[in-house]
This record gives sequence, structure tokens and C-alpha cells, in this order.
Amino acid sequence: MLYREAGQFKTTYAADQQLFPIRQDRIGIAILLAVVFVGVPLAAETPAIAGAIDFNYWFSGVLVPFLIFSLAALGLNILTGYAGQLSLGTAAFMAVGAFAAYNFELRVPGMPTLASFILAGVVAALIGIVFGLPSLRIKGFYLAVATLAAQFFVVWALTKFGWLSNYSSSGVITAQKLVVFGYAVDTPVKRYLLVLAIVSVMALAAKNMVRSSIGRAWMAVRDMDVAAEVVGIPMMKTKLLAFAISSFYCGVAGALYAFAYLGTVEPAGFELDLSFRILFMIIVGGVGSILGSFLGAAFIVLLPIFMDLSAASIERSFGFALPAGLVSNLTLILFGALIIFFLVVEPLGLARLWQIAKEKLRLWPFPH
Amino acid sequence: MTAGRKIGRPILEIDGVSLAFGGVVALQGVSFDVREHEIRAIIGPNGAGKSSMLNVINGVYHPQQGTVAFKGRRRHRVDPHEAARQGIARTFQNIALFRGMTVLDNIMTGRNLKMKSSFLQQALYWGPAKREELEHRAKVEEVIDFLEIQHIRKTPVGRLPYGLQKRVELARALAAEPELLLLDEPMAGMNLEEKQDMSRFVLDVNDQMGTSIVLIEHDMSVVMDLSDRVVVLDYGRKIADGTPDEVRNNRGVIDAYLGVAH
Repeated sequence: MLYREAGQFKTTYAADQQLFPIRQDRIGIAILLAVVFVGVPLAAETPAIAGAIDFNYWFSGVLVPFLIFSLAALGLNILTGYAGQLSLGTAAFMAVGAFAAYNFELRVPGMPTLASFILAGVVAALIGIVFGLPSLRIKGFYLAVATLAAQFFVVWALTKFGWLSNYSSSGVITAQKLVVFGYAVDTPVKRYLLVLAIVSVMALAAKNMVRSSIGRAWMAVRDMDVAAEVVGIPMMKTKLLAFAISSFYCGVAGALYAFAYLGTVEPAGFELDLSFRILFMIIVGGVGSILGSFLGAAFIVLLPIFMDLSAASIERSFGFALPAGLVSNLTLILFGALIIFFLVVEPLGLARLWQIAKEKLRLWPFPH
Repeated sequence: MTAGRKIGRPILEIDGVSLAFGGVVALQGVSFDVREHEIRAIIGPNGAGKSSMLNVINGVYHPQQGTVAFKGRRRHRVDPHEAARQGIARTFQNIALFRGMTVLDNIMTGRNLKMKSSFLQQALYWGPAKREELEHRAKVEEVIDFLEIQHIRKTPVGRLPYGLQKRVELARALAAEPELLLLDEPMAGMNLEEKQDMSRFVLDVNDQMGTSIVLIEHDMSVVMDLSDRVVVLDYGRKIADGTPDEVRNNRGVIDAYLGVAH
């Protein structure tokens, strides 16, 4: 009964087209932002709470990777979920972003970190356009196979050309220190806040794009490309822009992956299975949904942790040790089962379930 | 029918258009014109080349011979989105809506070609991008009012019944404010009441917006009532052209529809 829009009248189109037209949503998102930007860091600084929870682990091992994967999933969702172009090259574009940011910082003296991230995104976008060219001719599974070329080519090139990794052995690079506006980002909580800020801004930008004419053009191309062209949507520009923006997002995610999460990365860390992981995130979370990118990333990052915790508690309470590797294999089995489940039962993922729940909530306790 | 309306000069001239797919000839030397403010029907038996003709007009197919001139400009080879930009909109025989989007978003796509803001401005949703969204929303609402679909504006089109989907498709075409509207069987599969509604909308569009209309339709009573002039195609050739009455009494047309005694 709390979640009902009765009495909220819209008298202008601006009010009707705002980001969150329902007042309860606006309040909810404001609370969420306050908690993640202020509440969580404050809790980590409070000795009483910080003593009970290992915040360093939660920031570095859970929240930062969750946010970075959300950003990559968001990038893939723009391309696959909104513009309808299936891609298996996500990890490649992340690799481009990571190595580009590294090289910009290495070779341009005094390069600010944020500028190097943006430039890394731009480089990834340019590579994305090149590998998006086949989409003008082919669609669906055939396009997915063509984007595999990006995946293999990029990893190969990063290993083959030593210049890109500053001639380190097997292409391993160590990311430079994060300095933002002269302010060293050197603790887990600072890294968390930096990543959170970048991801929030880019998620907002993505949401704005998909509710404007470019987003409608993408969805039109996805839903029926012939009709889109007849309505006056230029196919080439729309598809290549989707590839460029998607790759920009993946490139920035890759740069953050190297600089704010792992610190040390190698080309072999951006193999096909990373692309698949991100694809699974949008399948589970919701294809064609900004929120779904976050839900899917949360699910896939948190599931192994949840499995580990439950295994540990089983071991504790029953007093025996589970065979080594059992839990990680079980996690993989669960992943596979869940992906099949979502594809069959709810192809639009967790985001769709959330939407159905909201629709039900609007009417509750009445049936309709 | 024509009282009060001023039929102007030809807006679309089709001259000797031939189109073949490999060995299959779809159109053979078809010539006709459409005048400003006119409702022009194309009729003919199944497979006569009616839809192919529309596809030639808006650039989906490129004819091997002959020319199409729109607003006096002869064009060699035009792509569909360029045709849309020049002022040609259409609906499809099988509904071609964007099924993942709401009615409102579907109609808004009809105005995409008039939107100028860059994707960076749209990403910020600030200044020109926001102003543009609101201006075009106001225009789209006019179309929604015109076609009486206010109650379904936020509904995903996939959930709508057939008749309303057809109306949304017409709305999407009208949102572009076209000078020439191509309607491919707008009343196919409708019951009498829905046909009456749709006929009223077609006449209103023509009358109030001054749009020239090319209409493909199988229901002869609709064609005879609505159109100013009728082109009859059979096996890709034009067999008759004139007012509904002239066409109705044409020997060749009767033969094409009823068959000839051999």
C-alpha cells in the first residue's frame, strides 16, 4: 500500500518523462544513494562496526568487483540488450581499456588518471567500431561469431606486441597508482568510492541515452530493422554508435578492473570465459535493462561467496570437511542450471521479476 | 468526395518502373502519378505487384528500369531512411511495430529523424536534448489525440489487440508529418466497425493534414468510397487507371478479377 502512485498527477510532459516518475521510486533511489555513498563508508570508519565486519575484504573483494562487472555488463547490455547485436567480445574491449589506460599513464607524462580512463574508453570505442563493421551485413549468431574475432585478436595482439605491455614477460602489466585530482586513492574505501562514483555517473548517462532518441533508435533496430530503416533510422550510424558506446563502457570497466581491483593484469586474464561471465550477467539480470546489469552482476559476484559461506557453515555445524573443489564445482553447476532456468522461464531476467513485483505491489492488496 | 479539397499538382511521378527478382518479374513498365492532397488506391489480385510498388516508392527495392520522382526531384537510388527524410512514411501489410517498446516510444521513433541533438547531449539529458524530447512529445501527443489512443500510450505494443496495433502503426507514420503516406492494406483482417474507424482516420488525415495517400486495399467498397483515382495492377502490369467508376466498368479489370472465359 506504500507503493502506490495514486494522487501523483502529472501536469507537464517534463514531469511525465522524468527519470523516476513515481515519488516512492525517487525516495527509494535517494536513500540507496545516501547509503552507498555515505552510510557504508561511515560504517567502515566506525570502530564498533568495523570490528565486527571485515570491511577491507568487502570493499576490495566484493563491492569493487561487483561495481566493475556491473559497468561491463551495462556496456554489453547497451549493445546486446538495447541494440540487439549479440557480442562475445566484451573481455577484449575490457582488455583494450586496461592496456590503453596503462600505456597512456606510462607514456604521457603527467597524465591525470581520470583522463587516461576516458581516453582508454575512447580507444576501446574505436576498436569496437572496427569490430562492429560486420554487424552491417550479418546478424544474430553469425555476428556473435564475428565478434569472437575481436576476442581472439585483441588477446593475441596484446601478447604478441611487447610495446603494449612495456616488454614485460607474458604481457603482465602492473597498474600505476590511482591519483584523482592530486588525491591518492590508496585505501579500499577510497577505491570503492571512486569506482562507485564513476559507475553511478555512467549508469545515469546510459539511462539517459536509452530514454532519448538514440535509445529508441537502438531498440527499433533490435525489434525490427526493416521498419526502423523505413521510419528513417540510419542503420549504419545506429549500429556503429551502439558498438562504440558499448565498447567505451567496457573499456572504462577494463581500466577500473586493472587499476582499482586487481592491480596486476595480463592478456590471459581477458579470455573468452570473462566475456561469457558478463554475458551470463545480463542474461540472469535482464537483457535490455539498466537495473538488470546491476542485478546480474550482483548475482554472479555474490553467488560464489554465498556458496563458500554456506559450505563453511555446513562444515562447522556438522564437523567434517567437504572435498576440496566440491564447492567451486557446485557453483559452476548452479550457474549453468540458473542460466538455463532463466532462459526458459524468464528470458528478461531478474529485472523483469522486479518489475512484476512492483506492478503487483501497486495493486496490493487488491487482485487488480 | 472532392468537395472542399484542392487536388494539386503531381507530387509523385512513377515512370516506366520495372522490377525483377532474378527471373521473377514483379513490375513491368508501370507508370502513374499521385497528386498533392489526393487519395490514390492501388488494387489488383494477389501477387499483382502492389506491395512491390510501395517498396519501390520508399526505397526498400531499387527498380532495374524506370524512375521515381518525388516532389519534382528525379531520384536514381534512394535508401528507405532517405525517403523517410524526404517526407515519405508508410505502414506495413504485416504489422511492423517495435514489439519491445511502448506505444508512446513507438510513435516517438517516427520523430527520430527530426531530432538533432547528439548522443553526448542525450547522455546528459540536458539543454537541447531535454527540450527536444519535450517538444516532440507534445507533437506525438497531438497524433495520439487525433487517432484516439490516449488510453494505451504507456502499454507495450505487444499486448494490444490487432486493430489497435494497426492504429499505432498509422500513428508512428503520421508522427513524421509526411507529405506522402503509403498504406499497405490498413484494413486487412478488421471487422466492419474497425474498418469504418480506420476509413474515418484515413479521410481525416487527408483532409486535415493535407497528406497525399497511396492506399493498397482489397476491400472494394472501401477503395471505391475513399479514393480519388485508382491504379489497377495485374501480373506486374498496369491494366487500368482512373476514377473508381471508370475502373469499376473497365473490361480488363473485370477480367482480371473474375477471370476470362476461354
